[in-house]
Amino acid sequence: MKSCLIVDDSKVIRMVAKKILEDLEFETIEAADGQQALDACQATMPDAVLLDWNMPVMSGIEFLRELRAMSGGDKPIVVFCTTENDIEHIQDAIEAGANEYIMKPFDGEIIQAKFSQVGLL
Amino acid sequence: MGPRDFEFLKDFLQGRSGLVITPDKKYLIDTRLLPVVHSHGLKTIPDVIEILRCGENEILAVDVTEAMTTNESLFFRDDSPFDLFRQQILPMLLERRKDKRKFRIWCAACSSGQEPYSLAMILHQEQNRLAGWKAEIVATDISHDILERARKAIFTQFEVQRGLPVEMLLKHFVQDGDYWQLSDQIRNMVRFEYLNLLESIKSVGKFDVIFCRNVLIYFDLDTKRSVLEGLRSALVNDGALFLGGSESTMGICEDFIPVPDVRGVYRKTECIDSVAG
Repeated sequence: MKSCLIVDDSKVIRMVAKKILEDLEFETIEAADGQQALDACQATMPDAVLLDWNMPVMSGIEFLRELRAMSGGDKPIVVFCTTENDIEHIQDAIEAGANEYIMKPFDGEIIQAKFSQVGLL
Repeated sequence: MGPRDFEFLKDFLQGRSGLVITPDKKYLIDTRLLPVVHSHGLKTIPDVIEILRCGENEILAVDVTEAMTTNESLFFRDDSPFDLFRQQILPMLLERRKDKRKFRIWCAACSSGQEPYSLAMILHQEQNRLAGWKAEIVATDISHDILERARKAIFTQFEVQRGLPVEMLLKHFVQDGDYWQLSDQIRNMVRFEYLNLLESIKSVGKFDVIFCRNVLIYFDLDTKRSVLEGLRSALVNDGALFLGGSESTMGICEDFIPVPDVRGVYRKTECIDSVAG
């Protein structure tokens, strides 16, 4: 079973994502900000990360840059999932090492399509 | 469902997914939403709408949107036919048409254009190998409204996320407010025309590859047969026909047979040596 770290400061979004990902047979771990996500990755590197942008303590893009600099941090497939929906943000995310990008609102089909494009399904 | 509930649902779906529900599609609401009503332990569709109005149940909102949009046209729908086209059919076309250096592709029910534009993006990716070639994509549909939309090539945020890799979004689209405009470079590779598959199929000419996916499923047996006969006359002898994943020519039309190990791809029975292998 593959694992996916869900990083979002909204409990509701984490719950929706968790339901969708469990239906796709992922084991899920949750983090409410970038720092919690980094701690989780230091403990165990997940196969995938579904990542919000704007969060307290540490943003998604800061987390991603730190993750990619970590030992083994090049392994997880990172899919942004954020309300930031302009080209500049998308470009920044890809340059920082994101593999895919989802603009909220999202649904199960979008997650499934994006995860299958990046080879997670 | 009363007119106020219908209006609410219409705006809700358009806002979330770009899906436009016209009053003549009201029947879809019942068939698609009743399973959602039951899975959430509710009794009627108005119960669902009342909860959606409060805007606090995201899971229900996602379920309703998903249930209503499953048959929408997608970029790179089902991935594998496009992979097959890129990896198998296109190299065969390049080999077998190397003297004429031209080929024609037909999307026989193109809806809002995602399928022909996906093919155009593939051809654009392969532009080095196609230098000096003339590759034509003709896309037809029975709805003038949808053709107009397809020609404009303006898609909602929801549409550009369903099947389109973000790298292609960055490469080929420009953002315009809440919408995404496909580049002229890709738009100009596709020619859209009105065509009723039940009437004037001969007028479109001959094609090397035909995509007619998820069309036959809506027809009865006699109509399926007559459409397949039309497709047969429009396909060159060694051409390839792509059907939808749940469609088949078996028991309907003996002019086509499935290509072994290539799901959804058919060739003419009379021609053993086709571009589909």
